[in-house]
Amino acid sequence: MRISDPVRPSPERLLKQVQAEENKRWGARLKIFLGYAPGVGKSYRMLDEARRRHERGEDVVVGAVQGAQSEDVKALLQKLESIPSLQSTENRSLDLDAILRRAPQVCVVDPLGAENPVTSRNPHRWQDVQELLRNGISVLTSVNLLHVEEYREKVQAITGKHTTETIPKSFLLAADDIVIVDVPADLCLARSGEKLTSIGISNAQERKLSELRELALLLTAEVVDAQLETYVHAHGIAPVFGTHERFLVCITPESNVTAMIQSGIRNKERFQGELYVVYAHRLGLAHEETARIETYLQAARSAGATTEILESDDPVAAIGEFATQKRITQIFIGHGSHETWRDRLFGDPILRLIRASDGIDVRVFPQ
Amino acid sequence: MPASDETQRRKLKVYLGYAAGVGKTFQMLADAQAAAQRGLDVVIAYFEPHARPDTIAQAEGLEMVPPRQIEYRNRVFKEMDTDATLQRKPDIALVDELAHTNVPGSERSKRWEDVQMLLEAGIEVWTTMNVQHMESLYDQIWQVTGIQVRETVPDWVVRRAAEIVAVDVTPDALLNRLKRGAIYKPEIIEKALGGFFKASNLGALREMTLRQAAHEVDLRQTAYDETSDARVSDEASGGAAKERILIVVTADPSTAMLIRRGRRVADYLHADCIALFVHRTPHISELPAGERHTLEKHLRFARSLQMDTRVEAGIDIAKTVVEFARSNQVTQVFVAPSRGGLKERLLGRNFVENIVRLAEDLQVTVVADRSRRSASS
Repeated sequence: MRISDPVRPSPERLLKQVQAEENKRWGARLKIFLGYAPGVGKSYRMLDEARRRHERGEDVVVGAVQGAQSEDVKALLQKLESIPSLQSTENRSLDLDAILRRAPQVCVVDPLGAENPVTSRNPHRWQDVQELLRNGISVLTSVNLLHVEEYREKVQAITGKHTTETIPKSFLLAADDIVIVDVPADLCLARSGEKLTSIGISNAQERKLSELRELALLLTAEVVDAQLETYVHAHGIAPVFGTHERFLVCITPESNVTAMIQSGIRNKERFQGELYVVYAHRLGLAHEETARIETYLQAARSAGATTEILESDDPVAAIGEFATQKRITQIFIGHGSHETWRDRLFGDPILRLIRASDGIDVRVFPQ
Repeated sequence: MPASDETQRRKLKVYLGYAAGVGKTFQMLADAQAAAQRGLDVVIAYFEPHARPDTIAQAEGLEMVPPRQIEYRNRVFKEMDTDATLQRKPDIALVDELAHTNVPGSERSKRWEDVQMLLEAGIEVWTTMNVQHMESLYDQIWQVTGIQVRETVPDWVVRRAAEIVAVDVTPDALLNRLKRGAIYKPEIIEKALGGFFKASNLGALREMTLRQAAHEVDLRQTAYDETSDARVSDEASGGAAKERILIVVTADPSTAMLIRRGRRVADYLHADCIALFVHRTPHISELPAGERHTLEKHLRFARSLQMDTRVEAGIDIAKTVVEFARSNQVTQVFVAPSRGGLKERLLGRNFVENIVRLAEDLQVTVVADRSRRSASS
């Protein structure tokens, strides 16, 4: 199938492109270590990478460190040069000018989600990081899920922990690299207490942490997916299909729309996938249906679906093309009730769609 | 509660990665060192001999059970010595490469079967595997990377693990390791860079690893909820009733991918899964030997993925399938796409078409042949 139109670049991708171009002049890269809770070992992983880079000859300095440090972290810090952070009455901040004067290749900033004192030139630490990148300094930094703005409420609801220090998710999506530091929930708790062997989730606190863990894994997967898309576009490679489930619900006035959309939402949630709902029709045929269809699409959008109306003299081909563009893995379609001689000769729309949907599952719903 | 009893009895931890060199074994050994320091009795039951220098250093101080030497076609192969490990009976046994196939002449053909032995003897096992070795991901991996994976592990083996740990590293860092010669010998590096280690492959596999790990974490939450007071049923949370998936088994080779896909979808939807074969002959023994052999293979495969299998007789296959589905509370029927052309349509409907027509009250999923859109094509 021909792809007529490249997929529209997302705002994140545009942002990433702009940032990448800006930083490329200097070769500065942003690498983020993401953890789902304190105690997973982000700082250690990050500083260990700093140490290895230092030992391989890169010029690395530490610009900010977390307050509480484990013995392992202290040992790593001793092997690295530090630029003391500025101490004010409220909180500590990067000594941006000192770092810029020192001009290392790589600067460690731990953690990313911190607020600067009012006297600083940037209100947020992540803006300091952007300044370092613009000046050609690569940054290694760490962040907890709680400090990602779009996840703050969810994490708060699960753990009861509050924060006002957040970074936008778009900042993660624009990073050159993201790494998740994953450990089982019980081990994460054991870092503070005593725990012997692995037994999975065994109490309510681990259950809560495990929910955060799932969110962090999925957030990382999302960032990786966005990076993959950028890579594929930049290198002119065919889009990659099937890394995760993307559902396309095709509604028609005579199909059982509510059941199909509900199933789509349920599948989207269970598979942690994406949901598209489209109405495809022949040119100029849909006016009397428009209002009703729009109600359905509205409901789908409020459940997190992306909706679209496709107008074409060949709706089946339009759906097939849309599915290919959006890397759909499953198409949901309603069962047609009547058959005409035309269907018999050319194949009815469902069977044509099945044939046209190369590499995509087609789920036919009863009426 | 059976689920929690099982996890208590059989403790398995899987370090999940997306390629050689991401650091699965290294991470496992680092955790093992920490466990040994806390006074646990940890032994290395199997360790890949081609391990990287930093990995070997990480193993220092840990006791190793010597591998078995097995001669096959005049060469000596090293395999895990399961009996010796059972005799040694440590708290924790480390077993590298869960997906490994044992050399012919070994007692069991797959390493995961050896691991089951250890678990049943009450030994906790920590092991490593890559996402592409999950049985139910075979077709998707083929579609995404163009690679057909030979060694797979049934999903239920991983599902029984108490814990899954995602071992994550960026593809850039992995490629650097590869180019520095830290993963493979120089003569293999170029080949690896052009094949499996293509940046787009690595990105896709990494995403699948993270999603698989998230799914495994999610399943364990559900299992915990079912054994605790926190239980919230699907009905109470406004969800639909439990789904039941029926997989239509035929002699066609596409049946294997149908079974894998059905298993995967069923797992995500928390659905039951049944595999059904319908024969036109009055008795299955009257089928031609070749066909019968293939069918038995498919049904065995379905059972190995822990599905119920059924065999029914019926002249009209589509009608028999739909009737079976109705009387067994099936909500979704999975079929392979038919290869019928225009002629077949004019002369009479093909099988898929018939099922779709007859199954007025059922959902029918026509599962795509993913190999046709594999990355290599």
